[in-house]
Amino acid sequence: MNHLHTALWGVLPYLVATVLVTGTAWRYRYDRFGFTTRSSQLHEHRLLRIGGPLFHYGLLFVVVGHVIGLLVPEAVTERVHVHEWLYHANALLVGGAAGLATLAGLAVLLHRRLRVPAVRAATSRGDRAVYPVLAAVLLAGLAATATTVPPHHYDYRLGVSVWFRSLFALAPDVAAMSAAPFVYQAHVLLGLALFALWPFSRLVHAFTAPLGYLARPYIVYRSRGARPAVRNGTARR
Amino acid sequence: MPRGNGSIGRCMAQVAMVMNLDKCIGCHTCSVTCKQTWTNRSGTEYAWFNNVETRPGQGYPRAYEDQDRWKGGWQLKHGRLVPRSGGRARRLARLFANPELPALDDYYEPWTYDYENLISAPLGDDVPTAVPRSQVDGRSTAVTWGPNWDDDLGGGPRHLAGDPVLKKMNDQVRLEYEQAFMFYLPRICEHCLNPSCVAVCPSGALYKRIEDGIILVDQDRCRGWRMCVTGCPYKKVYFNHTTGKAEKCTLCYPRIEAGQPTVCSETCVGRLRYLGVILYDADKAGEAAATPDEKDLYQAQLDCFLDPADPGVVAAAEAAGIPHDWITAARRSPVHALISRYRVALPLHPEYRTLPMVWYVPPLSPVVESLTATGHDGEDPATLFAAIDSLRIPLDYLAGLFTAGDPAPVEAALCRLAAMRTHMRRVNLGEERDPAVARAVGMDTTDIEAMYRLLALAKYDERYVIPTGYHTTAIGDEPDGCSLDHDHGPGMYDAGAFHAPLSESESESESEPTAAGTSLRGRVNLLNWNGRGRPAGLFPRRDGHTT
Repeated sequence: MNHLHTALWGVLPYLVATVLVTGTAWRYRYDRFGFTTRSSQLHEHRLLRIGGPLFHYGLLFVVVGHVIGLLVPEAVTERVHVHEWLYHANALLVGGAAGLATLAGLAVLLHRRLRVPAVRAATSRGDRAVYPVLAAVLLAGLAATATTVPPHHYDYRLGVSVWFRSLFALAPDVAAMSAAPFVYQAHVLLGLALFALWPFSRLVHAFTAPLGYLARPYIVYRSRGARPAVRNGTARR
Repeated sequence: MPRGNGSIGRCMAQVAMVMNLDKCIGCHTCSVTCKQTWTNRSGTEYAWFNNVETRPGQGYPRAYEDQDRWKGGWQLKHGRLVPRSGGRARRLARLFANPELPALDDYYEPWTYDYENLISAPLGDDVPTAVPRSQVDGRSTAVTWGPNWDDDLGGGPRHLAGDPVLKKMNDQVRLEYEQAFMFYLPRICEHCLNPSCVAVCPSGALYKRIEDGIILVDQDRCRGWRMCVTGCPYKKVYFNHTTGKAEKCTLCYPRIEAGQPTVCSETCVGRLRYLGVILYDADKAGEAAATPDEKDLYQAQLDCFLDPADPGVVAAAEAAGIPHDWITAARRSPVHALISRYRVALPLHPEYRTLPMVWYVPPLSPVVESLTATGHDGEDPATLFAAIDSLRIPLDYLAGLFTAGDPAPVEAALCRLAAMRTHMRRVNLGEERDPAVARAVGMDTTDIEAMYRLLALAKYDERYVIPTGYHTTAIGDEPDGCSLDHDHGPGMYDAGAFHAPLSESESESESEPTAAGTSLRGRVNLLNWNGRGRPAGLFPRRDGHTT
């Protein structure tokens, strides 16, 4: 274990976590106006109707897969008698399908972003930084999923997942991660880059998913006097 | 005024508008002044919070009234009110691509002209031209549609065929040019009592203000999910494609709060707009919107309105915390008079079940003109009433706009207007007043003369009876200045920089009395700004920072 590994798998995750949390808090405090999907549906809707749902729904499945794969230890699935090969077959098929759907969605979205002039004109600097990272994370993730196919089998649940859970115990298991194949390391690093960019790009809209809508009465009334938060710019006057 | 069982539920106040369509000459002054005030920023080039459309015609955006396609407003499902675009789960499932969002082409692609080419083109045989350029992507574009492309029936039957109201009418409509009919319909946000745009907003950013019923978008809470654009059946919520937020007509709330009429009303050259307070029973509004037969919706909404002259209503309003000056304003409200007392104003498309609060006095003029042209006495009551059936503007068309297809209320309103003309003609010619004319339409002569005064003579302070909103600011700890004074907002300047302090006492209460004089220095002149980028000096300097 050298210093590079310690820096990458022992220090960097905490730095990124700090950036993600403080960056989002800072953005929410000072730029709540900037929390938006910045939708380009007004400019182009035919491709978006295919690409948008494909990408987002695929991504939701991918997120659920990550939560299961990273947070549930192998001992737990064995105790409920889910066989090892069944688990991995499921992860490969469902996870792979979700990953491919997400990738296909992203491809459609990237295509319209580049080829439709109005959408291209509406592309911000943040988008230009996020799109390549997002595509690279997805490709690395899919490549990593492909390595779970039997011939050269790597069980990430005994390596990457152990490292991931050790991060929350504040005792990072650097060895577990540095022993992982290169695609996993690349996927993790690119993922960390994505999380570092998160608060400063349009990705923040994911944090404001409107789940409260399901429990809200249809009509919202508000009083002129009860304005929720005085904007920072005017509050100090 | 009938009020059902007589018990009053939750009493609320609403600033409402009535437009007298007889007076609209289609000059678009309201649209232009509104645009200059609210939507001359990048991202809202295509948006017109106020627009004037020629009816029959497709309107703006194109064929917005076709709710089978756009899914705006509410529908009754097993007796329950549900947004036509679907309930909560269905809306969330379509978060990633809203299938019912109008595209920019349904509005129009905003354009400007490349004027620089006129002076910078190299010397040649041809005269240089200013080619149209898209304001969205900057490329040269062919102008094929605009916000009032079919103005004055321009384009003829080809465009008229797209009018959803015309499509619904059964009888053959006379569209030959000799018999053509048309009138203008100015439209703003309806500030509905049962707003479907508010109902479909997943973030809860759209809200109805309790004090005056104005519907606004909280720009800090809007996340650009675009459901409101679909939810509004009048298509009066717009998506700002630069900021990624929804924007809509605000009923010029900073002006209303100060007791001033909206910009569209203020600048209307025909003086056809009326603004005033209406008291209504909020508990009844929900039931009214769920009235089974859509033809009863007009009457159901009328039944929600409370009579401010009734002591019981005044007591209920005071109990609900409505300030006293609002109640007195409601009593003088020209809007209440035209809607409930004289019953000449009608709601626009009540069948959307949103209980709209911008009402219209239907146009009568062409009938008098056409009768006079055929040699009859156009002002004679007997001829006139009989002729209303065979109006030049078909009654069914007006009914399709204002009463969900029921011609009776439209006919009654037009008869009242016709009776007023006849009555006032006798007065002007020095003939004896005939109470029978007024009685024929269920009014008396004093009523009819008061209505005439309101429709024909009313001055500024009679047309706009708007109580101020100062009472709440006195209690709250809001900072001074315009409430629109924020990033990307239309009022993003320091009020003190442009106007001298109003009075000595006001400037003394300010912590820095010289601010108005000094802060103008080094500021940018917005008239020279093209709307792109952020010129130095556009925003006021923060205290303690020097740039």
